[in-house]
Amino acid sequence: MPRIRPIRIEAIVLRQRPLGDADRICVLFSPTRGRIEAVAKGVRKPLSKMSGHVEPLSRGQFGLAQGRSLYVITDAQSLDPWSPLHDDVERMTEAMAMAELVDRSTDADAASGQLYQLLCQSLEALARTTAPEAVRRWFTLRFLDQQGYRPELDACVRCRAEVGPEGNGYSPADGGVICPSCHGAGHGQRLSSPVFRLLRYMRRSSAESTAQVRVDAAASVELERHLRLSLEQALDGRLRSSSFAEDLARAETIGRSAVKSAAESEREEQRRAAI
Amino acid sequence: MQRSPATSPTIARLIEAFHRLPGIGPKSAQRLAYHVLRAPRAEAEALAEALLEVKDSTRLCAVCQNITDSDPCGLCLDPQRSDATICVVEEPLDVAAIERAGVHRGRYHVLHGAISPMDGVGPEDLKVRELLSRLGDASVEEVILAMNPNLEGEATAGYLSRVIGAMGVRITRIAHGLPVGADVEYADERTLRAAMTHRVELERHEETD
Ligand SMILES: [Zn+2]
Ligand SMILES: [Zn+2]
Repeated sequence: MPRIRPIRIEAIVLRQRPLGDADRICVLFSPTRGRIEAVAKGVRKPLSKMSGHVEPLSRGQFGLAQGRSLYVITDAQSLDPWSPLHDDVERMTEAMAMAELVDRSTDADAASGQLYQLLCQSLEALARTTAPEAVRRWFTLRFLDQQGYRPELDACVRCRAEVGPEGNGYSPADGGVICPSCHGAGHGQRLSSPVFRLLRYMRRSSAESTAQVRVDAAASVELERHLRLSLEQALDGRLRSSSFAEDLARAETIGRSAVKSAAESEREEQRRAAI
Repeated sequence: MQRSPATSPTIARLIEAFHRLPGIGPKSAQRLAYHVLRAPRAEAEALAEALLEVKDSTRLCAVCQNITDSDPCGLCLDPQRSDATICVVEEPLDVAAIERAGVHRGRYHVLHGAISPMDGVGPEDLKVRELLSRLGDASVEEVILAMNPNLEGEATAGYLSRVIGAMGVRITRIAHGLPVGADVEYADERTLRAAMTHRVELERHEETD
């Protein structure tokens, strides 16, 4: 059997899954080789020297050797652990959402320097921001561009008329903004003026500037819907990690209602005891 | 899996069955199968019985969700243990590990997994509702989260701290840092950061004369 030389790559760890008793399979995303699955041996044991260097949502330098069916990580050195992404569940949620997009859209052995750069830049911005949602939206818009689903924001996608900020619609299936007259004829969903302006601003601004913009709740819901539908169009399916963002948003309400129902059942017990 | 044509279908079936167990490779599966083949009939019977019994007579404790023969389980019924703290873990084996160490004298709650958004595993797939229903009881003063220090564990702890925080119950998470026997030299940045943040004061020995 010919011996294949081990390779050295820089990569972002997108995700992991357990393998056997002590190992994990890491999904690495490298600018030169795209998506690579590699085994990190023994990393689930407490004394593993490698485990802290192969954590998902971190950037590192990896040595890989071709194993029987998968690559095996021979050494790993973390370059950027992006600790703030792990210390705050909201940042973590948005980082996982971005990682899922990259995981689902890239193939093995496909150089993807542009997407790698976008992910790096976005995770870095996410590690520093106080508006994680905004950074993920900024990433999403650029991700759509790179995947060939660049939402048209200047001219109506049906009649090519130039559009103003008012009265427009948005249609992910058609690929962007719909002018007031086509929208009036029943095409696209409502695209409110603030969201239209925000989308145009996001396109020409940095992640940091986008994170500075105040977005009210209604605009936030509308923008999320447009972006989600565009992504589902581009990726041909529902995104998993977005449902965790919804769970997280509901968490406090669930806690408060659990207290209420416990108090109610206690009152009920006392009432019964009194009878 | 490679199988020599000389292997009988019956043995092959047993090898397959062993191979499906976690941590058993094809070679070990073969060794185990031939061991059973050569062992006395009584040993094989005992194995078969134990396998069936574990399926028939174990269930989840209705209180802590741990695997048990009797419901509620011994840990939930033990009057020596305190009701004031509940230690939340991912898996039944984690309860066993903490019990072996003898470091927790309160109750437990087993989630049977961890939140893994990218695999589509959310809070509703775990025993979270069962945990919340235990916290309505005023006797619980503290919830200790003992999730694994990885992404899924962090997502789970982050979610639970939101929910339980809103219930007004004190919530803590077990510290993570350098494991006993590890070298500082090889530690990664996040482990070192955690170890530094959760450092402890050492006793000062004052000079006395
Ligand atoms: Zn039009
Ligand atoms: Zn129990």
